[in-house]
Amino acid sequence: MNKTISANNKKNAGETDFVFDYSPALESTDMVKINKQNKLFINGKWTSGKSGKFFDTINPANGEKLAELTEANAEDVDRAVKAARKAFEGSWSKLAPKQRGRYLFRIARIIQERSREIAVLETMDNGKPIKESRDFDIPQVAAHFFYYAGWADKLEYLFNGRNVSPIGVAGQIIPWNFPLLMAAWKIAPALAAGNCVVLKPAETTSLTALLLGEIIEEAGVPPGVVNIITGAGATGAALVNHPDVNKIAFTGSTEVGKIIARSTVNTAKKLTLELGGKSAHIVYEDAALDQAVESVVNGIYFNQGHVCCAGSRLLVEESIADIFVTKLKRRMTSLRVGDPLDKNTDVGAINSAGELKKIKGLIANAIEDGIEYYEPEATTLPQKGYYLKPCFFNNVAASATICRREIFGPVLAIQTFRTPEEAIQKANDTTYGLAAGIWSEKGSKIHKTAQALKAGVIWANTYNKFDPSSPFGGYNESGWGREGGRHGLLPYVEVK
Amino acid sequence: MQRIISLQNHNGEKVSIASPPIDAVMLHERADSFTKRSVKKQSKMDALYKCIEMIDLTTLEGADTVGKVKQLCSKARFPITTELADELAGLPNYKPIPQVAAVCVYPSMVQTAKDALRGTTIKVASVATAFPAGQIPLKTRLQDVKDAVSAGADEIDMVINRGAFLAGDYQTVFDEIEQVKAACDKAHLKVILETGELSTYDKVRLASEIAMEAGADFIKTSTGKVSPAATIPVTLVMLQAILDFYDRTGKIIGMKPAGGIRNAKQAIHYLVMVNEVMGPRWLTPDLFRFGASSLLNDILKQIYKQVTGRYAYDKSFSLD
Repeated sequence: MNKTISANNKKNAGETDFVFDYSPALESTDMVKINKQNKLFINGKWTSGKSGKFFDTINPANGEKLAELTEANAEDVDRAVKAARKAFEGSWSKLAPKQRGRYLFRIARIIQERSREIAVLETMDNGKPIKESRDFDIPQVAAHFFYYAGWADKLEYLFNGRNVSPIGVAGQIIPWNFPLLMAAWKIAPALAAGNCVVLKPAETTSLTALLLGEIIEEAGVPPGVVNIITGAGATGAALVNHPDVNKIAFTGSTEVGKIIARSTVNTAKKLTLELGGKSAHIVYEDAALDQAVESVVNGIYFNQGHVCCAGSRLLVEESIADIFVTKLKRRMTSLRVGDPLDKNTDVGAINSAGELKKIKGLIANAIEDGIEYYEPEATTLPQKGYYLKPCFFNNVAASATICRREIFGPVLAIQTFRTPEEAIQKANDTTYGLAAGIWSEKGSKIHKTAQALKAGVIWANTYNKFDPSSPFGGYNESGWGREGGRHGLLPYVEVK
Repeated sequence: MQRIISLQNHNGEKVSIASPPIDAVMLHERADSFTKRSVKKQSKMDALYKCIEMIDLTTLEGADTVGKVKQLCSKARFPITTELADELAGLPNYKPIPQVAAVCVYPSMVQTAKDALRGTTIKVASVATAFPAGQIPLKTRLQDVKDAVSAGADEIDMVINRGAFLAGDYQTVFDEIEQVKAACDKAHLKVILETGELSTYDKVRLASEIAMEAGADFIKTSTGKVSPAATIPVTLVMLQAILDFYDRTGKIIGMKPAGGIRNAKQAIHYLVMVNEVMGPRWLTPDLFRFGASSLLNDILKQIYKQVTGRYAYDKSFSLD
């Protein structure tokens, strides 16, 4: 250790009793109003469910009940589909395209105006850090509505020389990881193309979808154009199996996606599926290492790893593996896990007790199998609520469960490779194919690798970057079809 | 790809300098994350006090006079009036205002500063080596350093030879730093890279590596005479270089962003960065300094606000 300047401080260099632990900075929940019991949004009205049954929605940050949601049964689904059909046949499909665009612009603007309220509610219901709902989710929601609002009166330019027309009533079933954003991905292109929708949010995260119902009301969208029904698997199944639905759009697990695919066989329903992933993040030895570490951290620990395109497999070139893992460990110690409403929280709560149990089970099995495990020792977790430390497994075999199965949590599997060919081969060795990341300072290597990767989305020297104009979707068991961009309109139109 | 440069040190031994590439986009993303931390209440108070301890209170003007430097030294010793200190003394949360780390002046003012600060622990730092351009013969630059040291400077802030650096003559840059280090004798050496003239983060990283390998005790961003001066991303590049150097050699190098850090909020962003990138062990004036002149008063205003609950009248704090 060389000599260092000693100023006022009489201690030796690097010895300090100063602890810079940021005081709690909780976002206020004052502007959020949550109904104790929530109804269904059908035909422009808030109506009670026919079953009379309710279920609880929980705040994963503390395990406390936030509200009760109506369990929509088959009869409610039928009412919603009928309302959508009536609106479609009645006015919506015949409305001047520019007018449809106006409604979407209006929705986008109201979302921006109420963004803070929506962000806080999203964080309370989902458990994601407020900095992510505030800086990522809600701005992206507004951006999607703005983007597709612009398409509404330009559909004739979608395919040169071809006309397009809407398909009718779309049943849309969305997941709990980006609740309102997934609603926007589904609703905005459907409406822009002139369809009407029945949306079923995930049973653990329905509150912002219901708030979107309010916003749609406020925007003056005609009754029945958007219907929002709450419930779990049975409600979703009723929607999928309803004979008068023309199209099903589903985002969620591959397991459920397969069930839906089976149930729409032999029907005239169109189907798009956005399913799981086990995406590879490749770091070559010539990468900007400190920034690649950032990218890897963002790739897997963003939104607690509840991201279908999470970079859950790190493939790092063997020549830099040790130094990279050392840097990664150090970076992970500065991740703050805690109350999602705290503006300084980097990693929030796992969405539900069930998910937490599932992820913990997968971690425990991998540890039992003797795979090298790391979690930052000093990181503390809140007493109440569903939390998990960000962690990784090192030197994971390609055959290990944690290297093949989608964990959907803050768990990274690290493998090494020796050559670009091996990196590509390992990256493609999966049943999925949603996304991939490549880190290298050499452009030609990035292009060559990207061409060879079988994944729908490829990020170079970054990860988890989204834009409404960019299509998103996967190969193989990661799904059918694309969302976002021009491609995102295709599932919602007939091309003539 | 990592850039590797082979140089020779003054003993004729081979020195290999490796400089990794920097990705500007992701660098900026990380840099922005530090500015989004919410530092309030007690943690803000602690940070404000810590920032004062880390200031190199600076005056580097052609118009500097003995009188001006004396006044600055007085400000360094007594940042607020005794009257104000008495007023605040009884209030909860208030602790006496600490002294700054150092006063930073031109070589001609070292003697004056030394006299004015006698009996205190405040260091005298002197810029040298024909600050800020450095564009005069090495012999004269070395003499500049020796003069400052013999006048009593505890710390020397040198500028690197940017002309040689940008021409690719890294050996000259290295040699000159080694020779300045030797001329410093017991004084500690801060090496100014003048990042605003190096233009890319890759070059900032390379210059950091050369400076540390050649014997810098601190690396410093800027003279304050070139825009842009210190920024969060450029400081992050240098901090990461320091961390890698520590991992490789076990040597601890200090960091000094200088120029453009004018208010408490900015200073706290830097503190957050040091805390998160380097860990709390680097949060000491031994290893982190701010080169600043107007920062001190803004911090004092913020402390006043935190302690009293109201904003201070602008004139409550002397300009110097």
